Amino acid sequence: MDTSKVADSNRTTAATASKPNRVGAVATWADERLGLATLAKKNLRKVFPDHWSFMLGEIALWSFVVLLLTGVFLTLWFTPSMGEVQYNGSYEQLRGIHMSEAFASSLRISFDVRGGLLMRQMHHWAAMLFIAAMMIHLLRVFFTGAHRKPRELNWVIGCLLLLLGTLEGFTGYSLPDDLLSGTGIRAADGFIKATPVVGTYMSFLLFGGEFPGESIIPRLYVVHVLLIPGLLLALIAAHMLLLVYHKHTQWPGPGRTEKNVVGFPMLPVYAAKAGGFFFIVFGVTALLGGLLSINPVWKYGPYDPSKVTAGSQPDWYMGWPDGALRIMPGIETHIWGITISWNVMLPILVLPMLMFTILLLLPFLESWITGDKREHHLLQRPRNAPTRTALMVALMTMYGLFWAAGGNDIIAIKLHASINQITYFLRGAVFIGPVIAFIITRRWCISLQRKDNETVLHGYETGIIMRSPEGGYSERHLPLPESRAYALTARDRDPVVNGVEAGSDANGVPAPGQGRLAALRHRIRTMWYSDNVQKPTRDELDHGHHHAEHEHELQESMEGHAADGHQFDGHHLVDDESLRH
Amino acid sequence: MRLLNRSAGRLSRHRRGPLAGLLVIVAGLLLSGGLFTAVVNTTAQADETASSDELVAQGRDLFLVSCAFCHGQNGEGVSTQNGNQLGPSLVGVGEAAVDFQVGTGRMPMAQPGAQVPTKPETFDDEEIAALAAYVGSLGPGPAIPDESDYSLEGLSDEEREAAISRGGQIFLTNCTACHNFEGSGGAMPRGGYAPSLHETSAKHIYEALLTGPQNMPNFGNGNLSPDEKRDVIAYLYSLREMPDYGGFGLGGLGPVPEGMAAWLGGIGLCVGFAVWIAAHTTRSNKKKVDA
Repeated sequence: MDTSKVADSNRTTAATASKPNRVGAVATWADERLGLATLAKKNLRKVFPDHWSFMLGEIALWSFVVLLLTGVFLTLWFTPSMGEVQYNGSYEQLRGIHMSEAFASSLRISFDVRGGLLMRQMHHWAAMLFIAAMMIHLLRVFFTGAHRKPRELNWVIGCLLLLLGTLEGFTGYSLPDDLLSGTGIRAADGFIKATPVVGTYMSFLLFGGEFPGESIIPRLYVVHVLLIPGLLLALIAAHMLLLVYHKHTQWPGPGRTEKNVVGFPMLPVYAAKAGGFFFIVFGVTALLGGLLSINPVWKYGPYDPSKVTAGSQPDWYMGWPDGALRIMPGIETHIWGITISWNVMLPILVLPMLMFTILLLLPFLESWITGDKREHHLLQRPRNAPTRTALMVALMTMYGLFWAAGGNDIIAIKLHASINQITYFLRGAVFIGPVIAFIITRRWCISLQRKDNETVLHGYETGIIMRSPEGGYSERHLPLPESRAYALTARDRDPVVNGVEAGSDANGVPAPGQGRLAALRHRIRTMWYSDNVQKPTRDELDHGHHHAEHEHELQESMEGHAADGHQFDGHHLVDDESLRH
Repeated sequence: MRLLNRSAGRLSRHRRGPLAGLLVIVAGLLLSGGLFTAVVNTTAQADETASSDELVAQGRDLFLVSCAFCHGQNGEGVSTQNGNQLGPSLVGVGEAAVDFQVGTGRMPMAQPGAQVPTKPETFDDEEIAALAAYVGSLGPGPAIPDESDYSLEGLSDEEREAAISRGGQIFLTNCTACHNFEGSGGAMPRGGYAPSLHETSAKHIYEALLTGPQNMPNFGNGNLSPDEKRDVIAYLYSLREMPDYGGFGLGGLGPVPEGMAAWLGGIGLCVGFAVWIAAHTTRSNKKKVDA
């Protein structure tokens, strides 16, 4: 500690404050009117733990800021109207063609507004990054158990953000009114119409009459620039307020408990880190927008319901329902003169809603199964919750396979495969793949748990091969550093479930809840924990250490001459060598 | 005279030399070749029928060697026992079909499959012309288009611009459903595909429109007038000459490669930087301290 500033004399005159400098004066002026100091006092010292995976959500936040900035730029020139005009701008290939004002203004932004194409492309790339970052952030949260109490509601808010982000992306994709976006709106119209009974009414309501009409672009524009961004902003604010309220989670380690957060304060460290990260995300978006062409609307041309292009895909985040639609067998029911299009309804309306509901409920389902209602601020390594990790990997596998189905035509032409065979394969794979992924991931996690226990009990492998006087070989193990051993064992002991009867706890005491639901819960809970490896007990640890000491004693006679082995290859002088470990 | 006699004697001395015969042949060939090139234009015009008969005969010889196995000895097609076609009848497909199929290397086919891919051409231009002449002689069909059919030569700048934008709309209406919005190609059922048009020559595009090879529909002159065909080709060529306004085109395949770039490039870079930022943590000393 620096003690040079401490007073070292007793004066006889009273100490007076020196005149404040200008910054201080401004700060005081503001504080006296806004009360900022009280807020800042606490929050400028807010602690963030250091780990790369805690910055994934920031990618989403910063790309949202890029979206706001570039989006405001685009609104200055975009005309959300379906009124027909003749194009006379600088893109020659479309000159003289009749098109909507929306498309004409998209071309104008691309070719006639200075920096317009860069802004359009940055806006589009930032949207892709925004949703991708939300997804990897969601995966990190789930894999580390950060969705457990007290953060379930923040998980729900995050899921809503993901849903709204997807809708926002879709409306933005639809606005330029080029061939691709028009095809997308046409598809959306079909999805709405596939809703039984009310489908056509909803479609007429949305389009203000028969597709395409003249109202859809202005309506989507309002949704895109006003409604959803407002909701997104409000939910992001709520998400971050809850983050501050809950405090950040952290990885277990020495000195880290459920009641503290070990890390660096907001000012000066994290303000610099996070602020710097904003510029990095901005830079990456600018790099993508400047170098890689995205949605070249001038090549698609204006939308016209009689036209379509091969490779008509939605942006990636809508790719998986599109994939489900592509591989769905064509099943329809005709009943009382009404056609129910299962082939559209199941993959596009039912499946995404079902998956979203499952996603929303995951934290609640988990705590119902495990019965764990405690607060958790220390994270779990994915391997220490094998069933949960495997569950998410299974969902990811399903998502990935549907995703692949969404690009089946591109896969077919790039890999010279038959699109039919790809479809048949994926129809099976979307069901079988997740099961295989679940089993493999679960066993993999359990193996990693065993390996952790092995390291804690018997030390880590040094790579030093010892030869005993009898001629036997063994690898030298050395005990883990204390802090590492602490981190590895700082996890909860899983409840014992094997051999426990339904309706009673681990000690055979009857537990409340005898119904069918309780029995089901018991069965799932048994499966949830069944093969988990517990961390070593104190006895096992003592035994392990004792064993290691014994081993050391046995090898003591060799301590003087033993070495890492390489010196004893006959080519080196070994007189001064000592054991290296 | 003496000089002449002497040189004649020298000549006669070399007359029976080992290279004499060769020299005479070379001289004779040069002479006849030179004469031929000097007068060929007039003579070729004069007896066109005779030379086209020769061309047909030459083409028939080539056809019997390379094509007849599947298409039959008279181009009538060969059916297999179960009623499938080994090779279709070529009566009436026209010279344009031959020029397209053989000129792009699709024919002769290396193996049967979902679709015949292009490959380096097996025949040179003369042989292709001979084959085309022979197949054309089997029945009336579309002729090989002349360069004037698909070139914008002779149009004013304004007419050209109008032709290109008209061609773009025709292309987007009739072709993009299979060939993709910028002609990058697309998938067809059962392993078939609409090939990329990025490298296809104007003549071959015109011929494909005329003859409808493989899965492609036939765009006869009643469907797309010769001028409209020309405009489509002009539009495709204008895309080739156009700079990539937005940057690298990612293959011109639409949102799938864009999504891959966002995940692999964008998210990859951002996560890489996140790892870097988290790994470089603060320290109060200038010297690095081991944690």
